[in-house]
Amino acid sequence: MNFAVGYPVNHGALSFPSELNGQDKEDMTLALESVALDTRLQAILSRAGVGLKAEHYRTIVATRPDIGFFEVHAENYMGAGGPPHRYLTEIRNHYPLSLHGVGLSIGAARPLDRDHLRRLKQLIERYQPGLFSEHLAWSTHDTRFFDDLLPVPYTSETLALVTDHIDEVQDTLGRQMLLENPSTYLAFAESTYSEIDFIVETVRRTGCGLLLDVNNVYVSSTNQRWDPIRYLDEYPLAHVQEIHLAGYTREADEAGRPLLIDTHDRPVDEHVWSLFEHAIGRVGPKPTLIEWDTKVPTWPELKAEADRAEATMVAVGKRERHRAAIGY
Amino acid sequence: MQQLATDRQREFAAALLDATLATPPGLIGPDGELSSKRFSVYRNNVVLGLIEALRANFPATCRIVGDEFFRAMARAYAVSEPPTSPMLFDYGAGFADFVAVFDPAVSLSYLPDVIRIERAWVEAYHARDAVALEPVALAAIPNDRVAELRFSLHPSLRVVRSLFPAVTIWRMNITDGVPRSVDVDSDGEDAVVVRPGAEVEVRLIPPGGAEFITALASGQSLTEATRRAMTEFALFDLSTNLAMLVQAGAFIGYGFAQGESYGKTEAR
Repeated sequence: MNFAVGYPVNHGALSFPSELNGQDKEDMTLALESVALDTRLQAILSRAGVGLKAEHYRTIVATRPDIGFFEVHAENYMGAGGPPHRYLTEIRNHYPLSLHGVGLSIGAARPLDRDHLRRLKQLIERYQPGLFSEHLAWSTHDTRFFDDLLPVPYTSETLALVTDHIDEVQDTLGRQMLLENPSTYLAFAESTYSEIDFIVETVRRTGCGLLLDVNNVYVSSTNQRWDPIRYLDEYPLAHVQEIHLAGYTREADEAGRPLLIDTHDRPVDEHVWSLFEHAIGRVGPKPTLIEWDTKVPTWPELKAEADRAEATMVAVGKRERHRAAIGY
Repeated sequence: MQQLATDRQREFAAALLDATLATPPGLIGPDGELSSKRFSVYRNNVVLGLIEALRANFPATCRIVGDEFFRAMARAYAVSEPPTSPMLFDYGAGFADFVAVFDPAVSLSYLPDVIRIERAWVEAYHARDAVALEPVALAAIPNDRVAELRFSLHPSLRVVRSLFPAVTIWRMNITDGVPRSVDVDSDGEDAVVVRPGAEVEVRLIPPGGAEFITALASGQSLTEATRRAMTEFALFDLSTNLAMLVQAGAFIGYGFAQGESYGKTEAR
């Protein structure tokens, strides 16, 4: 089944003209300059947000910072009750929310866990997130859950199972999901598709949207020796509805080649910031999330990263509008 | 159907948790060569992720044994009993039993009970919310019916029994806890763990109280539960125990006839 038409797509993201989508000048308003939110606070505008961490619950509730949205890992809110739900409810009352799954195991060579899918559905009904995303990865085998996003070979066989699973997710949840590109540390000898062709074909078959993780683009490109700019230029950017930014750790493989690890434990790297600028120049401003999940910083440090993402979108927006105005 | 992918993931999964297994074939670096170092990134991520999940759920245990020892113990547990659910806040139900027979920790005889307190804390934290009975609600109960009272216990309530001073040891090792010397051979301590509102509370249970709560949780009347508590501790003090439980927010409803109560009871 194809969900390209008929499913509610998030319209919060406004865009300025670019060589990709060539929209009218009427659409040039940059969402950043108008903070008026949807009355139901559901749609996520093209602003910056951060991953919600328990360490910051109290600060956020007490100071109500000006930030575009919060994103949570769905699995952290699947308990029956308790403080996580109290805080999330309070925060949801004042901010748009993005729900990000890390445990659905869409790339697993086994049926999706129906109980998990049901819990996701309940969370979506309860918190009405503006966006829902999951990963092009697997994390379960037999009865085990591996706390990591494991890679899939890019083959017709994997494509068939991934598209079946995304169809089932969108069918069950009754909405479009966004698929996130992975950070990978190795390749499969049997792969017959490039990562981008695989993603393009997945989008075409399922009608899912995309979450472009720019840090993952940089990490994978370095590890696989791809050109990250070319990756972005070939990426189906028209389907991107959200962007992720995060920090990585630099290591080396046995041959001394750089091996970057997607650790989410530090600020966004300068290389990733410039890739982000490039991406925004192509695709326009998008809801952009700072992911910082371990060695969680103080709230002001995290907020500063989000402010930088937002400032980048404003600056790129002005530049692009200037270009459009002078017909450059 | 999907046989290749199934086989591929089976060998990948097996090698993730068993470092003695070779890197599966066909996992390659940018020059097309097999790369164990690259595969080991996934091995490390999985194991370190699970260690971190355990550290988050068992902070006092980590403080007691020290970071290095905890990592080794958590790694051994993660490899032997990886989680079966992506809800990692719920990971570690079997950690106490594992540590009880984990050779390097066997001399720390009290440790499994401290782990059980921390596990009860996590369960209470995420349990279903319910409004606890106010003490004043009990004042309305006619005196002549008190003996037949049956309580519905708060869904977050857990009881942990220990032959060691596990509550004291736990309390010294939480944030802001003050470590001091404890005679681990002193009297055992039982704890009731409950979260009536936003905060999880851990309280010492007076002698006989654990048996009393367990009886109430199984639906027995106040009289029956008292009798059962007295078989364990002849000087069982009903009013002290009852007052402690009411103050702790342990009850969410009451009734008289068997099976007549409000809400579900969960305790162990």
